[in-house]
Parts: sequence; structure tokens; C-alpha cells
Amino acid sequence: MALFSLSGIKISGIAAAVPENKKSNANYQWIAIRERQSLMKNIGVETRRVALKGTTTSDLCVVAAEKLLQELKWDRTGVELLIFVSQSRDYLVPTTACIIQDRLGLPHSCVAMDIGLGCSGFVYGLSVIGSMMQSGAFKKALLMVGDISTLTTCYRDKSTYPLFGDAGTVTAVEYDSNAPVMHFNLQTDGSGYRALMIRDGGARNAMSRQSFEIKKIGKGIYRSRLHLELDGIEVFNFTLREVVPNIKKLLASTGGTLASIDFVVFHQANRLINETLRKMLKLETDKVPYSIRDFGNTSGASVPLTMITALKNPLETGKTKLLLSAFGVGLSWGSVVVETDRICIPDLIEV
Amino acid sequence: MAKYFTFAILKLLKGDMEEFIKHIEAEFDDLKPGVLMADSNFRETFEWNSINALILIAMVKTEYDVTLTADDLIQSKTVNDLYSLIDNRKSKS
Repeated sequence: MALFSLSGIKISGIAAAVPENKKSNANYQWIAIRERQSLMKNIGVETRRVALKGTTTSDLCVVAAEKLLQELKWDRTGVELLIFVSQSRDYLVPTTACIIQDRLGLPHSCVAMDIGLGCSGFVYGLSVIGSMMQSGAFKKALLMVGDISTLTTCYRDKSTYPLFGDAGTVTAVEYDSNAPVMHFNLQTDGSGYRALMIRDGGARNAMSRQSFEIKKIGKGIYRSRLHLELDGIEVFNFTLREVVPNIKKLLASTGGTLASIDFVVFHQANRLINETLRKMLKLETDKVPYSIRDFGNTSGASVPLTMITALKNPLETGKTKLLLSAFGVGLSWGSVVVETDRICIPDLIEV
Repeated sequence: MAKYFTFAILKLLKGDMEEFIKHIEAEFDDLKPGVLMADSNFRETFEWNSINALILIAMVKTEYDVTLTADDLIQSKTVNDLYSLIDNRKSKS
């Protein structure tokens, strides 16, 4: 069981950038007005940010990183570890993190790599960066998490198009031997990989002429094999089956309780899923912040984006104990208990 | 005596069904109380779409700790069909 603890690392700052271009689900004419209203109320997405063609996840992350480095007054020659967690990389080849290392002017002594995870990406990324740092070999690191999901959703697929929004985030992680311990519980069930996938364009099914054909899948659902597909009920049931036991095991292993946690930040899957999780864990509403109404499901960026947009004040001004829980595509999921102390949070950047 | 027990069990089941219907009514604003019956075809009694399917699954998970799959929903026609599924799985767990 992937239950483990990391010491000697702390989060020093978090920044995010979203596209300025805003789409409102009230105007999503592919579905009837009543269904749009139900979507906004129950799935919880009113507006989403949609990147213009040519803008990549790394563009958003780099803008956020420039701002964060400036506010933290970090000397970039001291940043020797960069991890980019995304499923919308700049190119199939090479690794996006290498390009970002150069764009940010980080030293050649910098370790840079991508991790190809989506919804669970922030928790996984933090565990990898923390594991590498806890020896003290790296003093400063950047964890970038984000996706441009709207590039691969089909307008005529009501199960994906109105759900996803784009965002890029960056988290500054520092070595500090006095930092409180972080506790993780990470899990995987690849048997559910078909629940969220893009079928063609990878090595298993190379892109072909047929990849582009848009077919009717169901009522209100048309897409090609290059579009993102989502099996709503499958993902929903996976989440309700796995997330609560994952959190309970994590807390049991640390001897902690939910009562000691100030905020539980969930991946912003959809409002109905998250509210059901909240009720299953018997959490008060003010302990569970949201960003889904204004930004949609922003894939791996959703946890840090929610921290920035909903918890800026408590995170900036004092100490907090957080439980972050992220779950989805893979299927991959995990939770972390992390304590913060006055972290730097620049205002959300619009690009 | 046997008659009394049958009556008690029927009453118990009826009470549980009433509660199940109340839970469904609480989730769907456009469903007026008293319209949905045990033998109602739920797809025809209130608007049936993918979002409402998720709402129903969420309610059943929260209230009964039972997971309904896409196949369960496809194979169920009436409120009673759904309730029997839930009852069956609850007694097994």
C-alpha cells in the first residue's frame, strides 16, 4: 500500500494562470435550456476558461512561474528541479519540462521531467518532487501542474465539452529541515483506463484517416477517436467507491482525524461527485472549497487552483492543515495531508 | 400469528418504499410529491437524462451505501425494480 510520509519539504508559494477567454455554459446551445440549467446547478460549472488555439499548458505555467519567482524573490540559479505534470504537452517529443527549463532560464544543473497524469497530478507530483528533495540534495523546486483539456473536447459531446476548463499552475517547493511531515496515500486501478481516454494518436492506435471521423455515440454525444471521452457513471462510481476509504486509511495511518483538518480540497470533478464525497465524510460546507463554478474541471490544476481562488487569505496569513484529494483519469487517485505556514499566493493571472 | 407477521413485514417494506420515494422526490425539483409510485416507470415520471442518473446514483450511495451501475439502471424500469436491487445488495453486505 502506497502510504508514506515525507519530511523536510514545504510549499512556499502557489500561482496559477488561466486563459482570459471565458465561455459560459448558459450559452451552450448544443443542449436545451433546461438541461443547461441542470448542468450548471448539479455538475456545477457555470463558466470555463478556454485557451485560444496555440496557447499551451506550458505557456500558462511559465507565466505563473515568472510571477511566483518574482514575488518569492527566488534566484533562479538555485532552482534545480522542475517537474511538469500534464496530459497536454507541447509536443509528443521532446519532454515539455526541458523546454520550460530553458524558457525560465533555469540552470543546466536543473533536473527537468514530465509526468503524464491528469486529475490526480498535483498530489502525485508533490509526492515525487518531495521524495527527490527530502535528502536535501535540492533546495528549491518547481512543480507545474495543468492541462488544456478543451483542445480535445468535442462541442457536440455534452458529456465533456461543458465540463472542462483550462489552467496552468506552479507550486514552489523548498527544502526545510523543520517543515512538518507530509503524509500520502496514492493508489491506481488501470483496469478502468477506458473510463477517460483519447483512443487514437498514441502508439497503441496510431493516428489514421479514421481517427478524425465524428460518430454518434449516444444522445447528445458525438465525437471522433481523437477527442476525449468520458464514461460519467463509471468515473462517478469509481470516485464514490475509492476516495473515502483512501482518505480514511491515510488519516488512520497518521493517527489524525478529519476534525483536525482545516480544509479538504478535492479535485474539482463535478459538483455532484464532490458534494457526495463531502456528505459521505460528514464535512461542513465551509471546510470544502470549490472552484468548479467559475473554472470547470481543470484536470490536475484543480487542487492548486482551488487553493488560490478560494483559500488565498487563510493560506497567506497563517498556518493551515490541509487534506488534498485528487482522483480520475488512469484510474489514478491519492490524498495528502500537508501543513502550510504563510505561503506566497500571487493573484490569479489571466493570459 | 402468521398473518400478523406478514402484515408487519408488508408494513415495514411499504414504509421503506415510502422513504425511498421521499428520497427521490427530495432530489428532483420538478417531481411533485405523491406522483411517483412504487410501480411508476421512473423514466417517464420525471425527466430522465444522464445528469439525473448521476443524481439518483449519488442519492442511493449516500442514503443506502449501495452502488448502482449503468447496467442496473438500464435493466430497471420501475421504482420498485430499483428498490429491489438496493434491498438485495444491502442484505448481502
